[in-house]
Amino acid sequence: MYRVRLWSTRHARAMELLYAGLEKTLVFFAPVLELIGYERLEKPVASIEKTVKGLLFDCQMCGQCALSKTGMSCPMNCPKSIRNGPCGGVRSDGYCEVKPSMRCVWVEAWDGSQRMKHGGDISIVQVPVDHRLKGSSSWLREVRRIQHERELAQPSDTSGQNSP
Amino acid sequence: MIYEDEPIPGYPLPIRHGHSSPGRLERILRDGHFAVTSELAPPDSADPNAVYERAKLFDGYVDAINATDGSGAHCHMGSLAVCALLTRMGYALIMQISCRDKNRIAIQGDILGGAAMGVCNMLCLSGDGVQTGDHPDAKPVFDLDCMSLLNIARTMRDEQTFQSGRKLEHPPRVFLGAAANPFVEPFDWRPLRLAKKVEAGAQFIQTQYCYDVERLKSYMQTIRDMGLHEKVFLLIGVGPLASARTAEWMRKNVPGVHIPDAVIKRLKGADDQKKEGVNLCVDLIQEIKEIEGVNGVHIMAYRQEHNVPEIVERSGVLNNRTPWHPKSYTGDANIQTQMDQYHD
Repeated sequence: MYRVRLWSTRHARAMELLYAGLEKTLVFFAPVLELIGYERLEKPVASIEKTVKGLLFDCQMCGQCALSKTGMSCPMNCPKSIRNGPCGGVRSDGYCEVKPSMRCVWVEAWDGSQRMKHGGDISIVQVPVDHRLKGSSSWLREVRRIQHERELAQPSDTSGQNSP
Repeated sequence: MIYEDEPIPGYPLPIRHGHSSPGRLERILRDGHFAVTSELAPPDSADPNAVYERAKLFDGYVDAINATDGSGAHCHMGSLAVCALLTRMGYALIMQISCRDKNRIAIQGDILGGAAMGVCNMLCLSGDGVQTGDHPDAKPVFDLDCMSLLNIARTMRDEQTFQSGRKLEHPPRVFLGAAANPFVEPFDWRPLRLAKKVEAGAQFIQTQYCYDVERLKSYMQTIRDMGLHEKVFLLIGVGPLASARTAEWMRKNVPGVHIPDAVIKRLKGADDQKKEGVNLCVDLIQEIKEIEGVNGVHIMAYRQEHNVPEIVERSGVLNNRTPWHPKSYTGDANIQTQMDQYHD
């Protein structure tokens, strides 16, 4: 929902904290998730993710969530799907060139990033979307990524280069 | 301007040490000249002469010509084809690549094809939305955005691989450009976004129309504070306005174009508004030229291409330098005759 989406970027700091909490919880329960099986969990988790993020951010389920690096404004709502915005067509009132009744997703993103602790991540160049991942759960992917990084770091504790 | 190592028109110049491309534009900029580029509106025609005629208007006044890629989401002759026609005449082209109409497979193919035909400069753009054009019913592709496109083009050139990681036999030797718009929201973010483009691979920038020099000055101040003017060449977009009415229409209907009231007032007050539009453009160029960190101007004279020579001449930015054009070739007489056939 458009209004909720705007509200979420206005409260980007709270969303950032919520996300950090969610990530911690999921990583904590990672062994359980693994036991159940990520493949078996994919469908139900993806549908929960779609509902929650759909409500809060108008999430389009690209499967490679960048919200924490885009000021909690989902870039897939940009009519040009720009992952590194904003484009040069922003209207003088901060509205979208393609949909004049919508706030520019990236003007919102910049605003949101200014409210966040790690808002500076908006300067990271985002790689193009992998269209194979559309519809899949970003949450589970992120948990697996963090777990994988930890596993890599474990055998030789001295080489902790992978930790963010 | 003729170089010592000048090739037969249509063949590349030798690549100088530290340069990315065998192109004239990169040489001009790295040599510290004030560069002038302009934009060729591709014809709605399959006649190559329409392209030659349009390019000829700029002869001796511009260092490179932008071949637009469906600008304003309107259908015209493709940028790759315009480049193919003009590079064989020896012209320096800036091939515009928009992400709107092609996916990464097609775009990477075009980068290779363009470079193979002698395109030395490529401008990576996201592109206007299809809704603004004459085919609003078209499917917008946007598989990439300007930033990821820059990244991919640079990887192809410097690491000799496709985005997939597959190896290229010969990399595209291109000078990479991007667009910037310092004149729209969010103003604080604009210089940072430029930094992001430079990081992604941009070596030169062509900006949106500048009618607000004060805004540009404050933008350039930030650019200098960040040290960005030493990492990227900046060409500021300018263009003659046909009348006060056109100006008002543009600022209302063309997203991203910012025209202050003072400009409209100046045009309204003139007896000959079209002439005043040209005067204004000359004044803007002269003012912009003095800003530290500006390396050139990009003249977008849509439907007023014939005024480009006058604008360049009167602004004096070329400093008595005559950019290369087909007539300046003085080598082999046979080739001269061939070129004349194309050109006359």
